[in-house]
Amino acid sequence: MLTTEQRQNRETAVRFMQAHAVPQATAWDEQGEIPRAILTRMADQGLLGTFIGTGQGGRGWDALSFGLLCEQTGAASASLLSILTVHSMTLQAVAQWGTPEQKQRWLQSLATGKTLAAFALTEPDIGSDASNITTRIEPEGTGYRLTGRKKWISFGRHADVFLVMARQDKLPVALLVPRDTPGLTVAPMTGLLGFRSAGLAEITFDNCPLPAAALVGRIGGGFSHVASASLDLGRFCVAFGCLGIIEACTLDAVVYARRRRQFGVPIFQHELILELIADMITGAKSVRQLCYHAAALRQAAEPESILETTVAKYAASRTAARVAGNAVQVHGAMGCSSQTRVERMFRDARICEIIEGSNQMQQLMIARNGAAEYLREARRLEKGTGDGVGA
Amino acid sequence: MQAETISHEVRGFLEPYIDDTEFSNDDDIFEMGLVNSLMAMQLVLFLEKRYAFKFEGADLDLVNFRTLTRIQDLVTRKLGKA
Ligand SMILES: Cc1cc2nc3c(=O)[nH]c(=O)nc-3n(C[C@H](O)[C@H](O)[C@H](O)COP(=O)(O)OP(=O)(O)OC[C@H]3O[C@@H](n4cnc5c(N)ncnc54)[C@H](O)[C@@H]3O)c2cc1C
Repeated sequence: MLTTEQRQNRETAVRFMQAHAVPQATAWDEQGEIPRAILTRMADQGLLGTFIGTGQGGRGWDALSFGLLCEQTGAASASLLSILTVHSMTLQAVAQWGTPEQKQRWLQSLATGKTLAAFALTEPDIGSDASNITTRIEPEGTGYRLTGRKKWISFGRHADVFLVMARQDKLPVALLVPRDTPGLTVAPMTGLLGFRSAGLAEITFDNCPLPAAALVGRIGGGFSHVASASLDLGRFCVAFGCLGIIEACTLDAVVYARRRRQFGVPIFQHELILELIADMITGAKSVRQLCYHAAALRQAAEPESILETTVAKYAASRTAARVAGNAVQVHGAMGCSSQTRVERMFRDARICEIIEGSNQMQQLMIARNGAAEYLREARRLEKGTGDGVGA
Repeated sequence: MQAETISHEVRGFLEPYIDDTEFSNDDDIFEMGLVNSLMAMQLVLFLEKRYAFKFEGADLDLVNFRTLTRIQDLVTRKLGKA
């Protein structure tokens, strides 16, 4: 059940996406680019900093309202979702861990979307094994020199500032690196399966000079806290974004199955098509529950929110990939053509199983950390006081 | 609040995740591989909620979180400031 305010916030997101993103998303996908004017328009409506307080340039939306914005964005364009995601991940890091000076310089500017950000963790040789990144800083004078390469960076092509994960010796660090830093170069990446208009790029840092004020948090806290909190928010965005993909694919499949006739009747009357659609509807409803549950825990800042967000992202991305596959199937050849959006969504959904930690990484986290709940329950049962897992 | 109560409560929070591994208040729970990045975040949220303060970037030294004693010192410092 949504509150009146959440319903209004969702309406704001729906109206924006229906007017500015849904009609254009396939063209953006084909051109491999989202026009900056769209992001400016999103910023003008305060949609790039919704979860930040109004005093700091945001809209003060609650976690579920932000999730609903991600859902609507995902339903319109997964590439736009990915830009919203990486921008929000950096914004969150500054809001949560930034020094007063960093907040002064970046917070309002990011929350209002005047400055747009990307998140740079992955490297050519390091993906899942993120604690072993090789990009490094060395102290120089009162600041640092940054050297290394990042790959697959969403919105890297256009971002004004990057939240970069690096190391000083063995210790992880997070840094805010403006695009115009000397020695920083950007090489656009193309030829992707999905997220084709997300502006992916490879970023090289060649001995980039940075002031001490570039450091977010402390040396050593870059991964366990800054990157992890950003990735947690990233998983939250992607989970809701996948919900959007699932809903859009289900809608299109139902409408098409009613209209398309074969063997003298709408294919909706063929039971094997109904089986596909039943699976899609069930997927949509169960993922919505997981996402809303994660949002409620996030809003209450409950420790369990981290695991539940991981569960939601894992389930949502798997379901999105399956549901988008079903939607292509229901559309037959049409589902293989860019005349339908399910073709694009099928490709984009697959990406969601890899980003913000691949699904194998999510499985490891869920099994290792989720097991605690069951162990606790087993102990309670041994003592005869069990009250049920998940109670 | 008694300082020892803090390490006792943190132990109570961590123990279900750690299964049967024994650790002292001065053991490095990160080096022992007892705490992964997801748990580290959950620990931050637990401490913020239980003791009603907010961590800041300046607290983000992993050294502060390595042992129960250090966590207890950090929380005591934060509560003293509040
Ligand atoms: C479209 C797109 C956008 C992206 N945007 C960004 C971005 O903005 N910023 C950023 O930093 N990164 C970004 N990435 C990178 C993304 O985060 C990585 O691709 C992801 O973390 C996986 O890393 P990898 O591709 O190097 O795969 P690898 O780590 O090389 O893994 C390859 C396969 O092995 C599996 N695997 C690895 N280790 C294990 C294990 N221990 N157990 C079981 N299976 C394992 C993985 O699950 C995967 O299936 C993006 C990627 C894509 C495709």
